[in-house]
Amino acid sequence: MKRRSDTWLVVLSVVSAVLILAALYLALVGAPKAVMQSEIGPIVQRIIYFHIATAWVGFLAFFVTFLAGITYLRTQARRWDIVALSSAEIGTMFMLGVLVSGSIWAKPAWGVWWVWDERLTISLIQFLVYVGYLMLRSAVDDPTRRARFAAVYGIVAFISVPINFIAIRLWRSQHPLMFGSEGGGLGPGMMFAFFFCLIAFTVWYVTLMGHRIRLERLHDDVEELKQRVIG
Amino acid sequence: MGYLVAAYAVLWAISFGLVASIVLRQRKLEAELQAIREADPSLMAEDKD
Repeated sequence: MKRRSDTWLVVLSVVSAVLILAALYLALVGAPKAVMQSEIGPIVQRIIYFHIATAWVGFLAFFVTFLAGITYLRTQARRWDIVALSSAEIGTMFMLGVLVSGSIWAKPAWGVWWVWDERLTISLIQFLVYVGYLMLRSAVDDPTRRARFAAVYGIVAFISVPINFIAIRLWRSQHPLMFGSEGGGLGPGMMFAFFFCLIAFTVWYVTLMGHRIRLERLHDDVEELKQRVIG
Repeated sequence: MGYLVAAYAVLWAISFGLVASIVLRQRKLEAELQAIREADPSLMAEDKD
């Protein structure tokens, strides 16, 4: 039977595909050439549009995991565990994208693929922390214990997000600061493309969440049916 | 230009990888669900209720 949420998911998928394609056009063609860091070339500088939007989704996803973890501990409702898991999985994949795209940007900008700079190191640790979250989930068999452990882990792991965010403000990081008290690193013409990418990626995240939650519910249905067959 | 293409290609590859992983797992579960229902048709009747 087709649920009403399935129809919404199809609509959301189409909308997010259109938005992402428009964001891609803006990032690669529509946005004006960068003046800042022109020594690395205005073309390579266009990586930042998707790089920052990807990082934003990663942080947002971990925040949702954090909130869902708290709500799960309060309510013990399985749906919040599903939200936490779905968001953590998507966030981890996006953080992988941040690390790799950042590394590709670093090569022409800094001459090396990687430096053990505060921001980069914290981002790598953050990625590994959330890989640990997913590994923890697969290591615990009992669903209730798994959900409880994962909720606590997801809440504690979220500390990495504000630390990562303030890393370039606290320490003299090599990583460029896009928005700070000394002004942003983007010209006014680039702002539109930048915020459009943020919105497009946020819609993309919501769409992925919808599909991932649906998958987990389907998994629960299968497990329930298996139990009924056995029982 | 090569770095730009590489960065966007990686981001697209990760996104498609994630979508493909969800789609494949969903297909596997749907096949499993179908197999269970075919093995025990009474479950289909219960589900419709």
